[in-house]
Amino acid sequence: MQLKGGSSLWIGGGLVAAAILVAIFAPWIALTDPVMAANLMNAEIPPDWEYPFGTDAQGRDIYSRIVYGARVSLTVGIASQICNSLIGVTLGLTAGYWGGWWDDVVSGLTNLMLAIPSLVFALAIMAILGPGLLSLVVALGLTSWSFSCRIARAQVLSLKSQGYIQAARILGYSDLRIMFTQVLPNILGPLIVIATLGMGGAILAEAALSFLGLGIRPPFPSWGSMLSEARDQIRTVPWLSVFPGLAIFFTVLGLNLLGDGLRDILDPQSTTRRT
Amino acid sequence: MTAPLLQVENLRIALASSGTTFDAAEGVSFEIGRGEAFGLVGESGCGKSITALAIMGLLRRPLSLASGRIVLDGQEIQNVSAAEMRRLRGKRIAMIFQEPMTALNPLSPVGKQIAEMFVLHQGASWRDAMDRAEEALRQVRVPSPERRIRDYPHQLSGGMRQRVMIAIALACGPDLLVADEPTTALDVTVQAEIIDLMAELCAAKGTAILMISHDLGLVANMCKRVAVMYAGRIVESQLADAIFARPSHPYTQGLIDSLPRLGERARRGRQRLTEISGVVPSIQAYPSGCRFNPRCPSVTDVCRSLAPDTTALPTDGLVRCHHHG
Amino acid sequence: MLIVLARRLANIVPTVVAVMALVFLLFSVLPGSFISGMNEDGRSTIDPAVMERMRKEMGLDDPLPERFAKYMINVATGDLGTSFRTREPVTKLIGVRVWPSLKLVFAAMLFAISVGVTLGFLAALRPGSLIDTAAMVGAISGLSLSQFWFGLMLMYLFALTLGWLPSFGYGDGGLRNLILPAVALGVGPMALLARTTRAAVLDVLNADFVRTARSKGMSERRVVEWHVLRNALVLVVTIVGLQFGSLMGQAVVVEKLFAWPGVGSLLVDSVFQRDMPAVQGCILMIVLFFLFINTLVDLAYVAIDPRIRYR
Repeated sequence: MQLKGGSSLWIGGGLVAAAILVAIFAPWIALTDPVMAANLMNAEIPPDWEYPFGTDAQGRDIYSRIVYGARVSLTVGIASQICNSLIGVTLGLTAGYWGGWWDDVVSGLTNLMLAIPSLVFALAIMAILGPGLLSLVVALGLTSWSFSCRIARAQVLSLKSQGYIQAARILGYSDLRIMFTQVLPNILGPLIVIATLGMGGAILAEAALSFLGLGIRPPFPSWGSMLSEARDQIRTVPWLSVFPGLAIFFTVLGLNLLGDGLRDILDPQSTTRRT
Repeated sequence: MTAPLLQVENLRIALASSGTTFDAAEGVSFEIGRGEAFGLVGESGCGKSITALAIMGLLRRPLSLASGRIVLDGQEIQNVSAAEMRRLRGKRIAMIFQEPMTALNPLSPVGKQIAEMFVLHQGASWRDAMDRAEEALRQVRVPSPERRIRDYPHQLSGGMRQRVMIAIALACGPDLLVADEPTTALDVTVQAEIIDLMAELCAAKGTAILMISHDLGLVANMCKRVAVMYAGRIVESQLADAIFARPSHPYTQGLIDSLPRLGERARRGRQRLTEISGVVPSIQAYPSGCRFNPRCPSVTDVCRSLAPDTTALPTDGLVRCHHHG
Repeated sequence: MLIVLARRLANIVPTVVAVMALVFLLFSVLPGSFISGMNEDGRSTIDPAVMERMRKEMGLDDPLPERFAKYMINVATGDLGTSFRTREPVTKLIGVRVWPSLKLVFAAMLFAISVGVTLGFLAALRPGSLIDTAAMVGAISGLSLSQFWFGLMLMYLFALTLGWLPSFGYGDGGLRNLILPAVALGVGPMALLARTTRAAVLDVLNADFVRTARSKGMSERRVVEWHVLRNALVLVVTIVGLQFGSLMGQAVVVEKLFAWPGVGSLLVDSVFQRDMPAVQGCILMIVLFFLFINTLVDLAYVAIDPRIRYR
């Protein structure tokens, strides 16, 4: 749709694959330890051959820190999207299937989630849970499930009206079996698209929360916390800010392109167009 | 004999699809005289609608006019500039579409959509044009047009919307009205009213009609001459009366046999309606030879290898079949 | 029009109550009570007796439903409580923040709409052209940008290096201070709007009534002006509404980065200071803004689309 379906799929897939490989093989790819290899003698060296992205105020190699930061971003992105998908699908399937008061409760919850900007909600949860990787996953995994919920619910309702579900019920299928064998396969494509695009959103949110000091705390490297540290030195040591931001940008760009490309394949009617 | 109003000669319409092009229609030729009603009949996907769009100059990617001539009133129009074509569209040739539900802008009052014609082609002011739109609605017998001009399409029934479409098409008194399945989406009772209205108004204004439909009966009632299209080619063209009496192409015969006819049961006893076996091939998979050969009851070897040429019929018609000529 | 408005307003109340209940519950039930939080944070250790007095004073020992009911009644009468930290009424605290917040959000949205809709529109009119490709590459890049990093880069380039604009702060509230934060905040919605507008216009250009318009002998320009624009607008307005509504909340990071004295930066500061009344007040403000914008969008629909009135 945007760009050509094929090229966005391949460029996006390539960028995401690169990010994942970097995260997995961080210890081999990094030049130095991201936290311990501080050396004030090497502080604030601009990018050169030895330190491709330069060094920070403590003399740590920015490149190595970014390599390790990929682990945080991807962990948060993937884990939180698994949470969101599970919550959204469970609520959406059951709401659409059982209807009645439960449906009202779920749609009330969905409207609620829509009314509170997810970043604000995540901020509140982080404030309660305190900083850390697990808190980030929980905060971001609880706050943006409304999309998958809506799609799951809509799909159940449409299958219901086509008689699929009635037929399965007559055959003696249990409610759960119907939900998982009849409905879920129908929404797998859109769900994958939503999760891919949502992963990009979660990585941006992680960076924002860490930037505010609520996510990953220094000295442990996350792209957001690196930017948080770098902000005060933007005037004198700009490269501290440039590279973590580029890492976020290319990872999220990869996920967005991949999501667009996957949508062309998995969801041609485009129920997942971002609205 | 005076020159015909519209001459279509050897029209070829190309469909571009992933690198290659296919012929969506080819060798399409026919003529329509002034004030004459001409019918173009065929199953959906046979190329009749795109032929209409080609005449209107409205083919859009992936379709395009590959070759052939379209002559309107002595002027070749297949290659005229976009601006020149715009002056012809609406003013000299107008079109009515199949779906009255979606063919009107949902966010614009119907009166305004008619009035646009007067503003576009006759330089009328909006105020003046709205008055004339009201008059046009009255002509197509929409009740209380003074109120209806302010209505939006969703407030009108399907039949009323099609009347609005007719009012738009005939607003500037065109020489030719192209009607693409104008009644297919309507209730049967409304269909007859719309057809009668169209025929009556066109007769009064001397407007020729190119009537496109899958319904041979409807077309034969309304038109003097009929052409039958199959898989992008005209397979037979005849006088309407003659086509029922002596269909020359097996496909035409099939179409006629599949029509239910009033009184037939009383005359010939209880009988199954026969259908034509098989389906219309897709443009990408037209068979070689005569394109009807896989479905033809009287197919022979030559039909599978050689495309038949047109043969003149004694009744001032043409047929494209190896078994004639 | 009035019926739509009334229905919308009736929907707002339960949503607001539910949001407040949720926030109230989150902060009350979960570990880290505000008083103890103050203590743990505490550069000053608080005397247990003082703490006891504070708890009483703030009514923190009352049962939860009672506290919530009291709070909601106060909110209904326009009293958002007293800030734990500054000892000022929260309404006053937020009051001074609202205008800067609104200014930032409106400026960002103005930027997003004017640039995004224009780009999407131009792209849709020439699909596959250079401008289309450029606009869509720009749009997906804009969607992938981290707001605050983009803000930081803008700051570095336009404030610190070129010196054209002030690097941060509210200044005298003039335009110069507003530009950088507004662009940083608006770039995401801008990108989304460019994509939505393009898709919407392409959809409408393929509609049957556009073919009808062409068959009338209209120039492409007239077709677009008379028939495409309004129909595409219906689709674009939805996205504008959703983006606009959530923007005050989205602004927290940009406000922090540019030290902009809005509701968002108050929220972040209050979270760090565990100033619960202020946090609740800020979230209420952000949610109210979202609901207000959504009501406006619904009214806009009624104005644009005649079909809605009759549904």
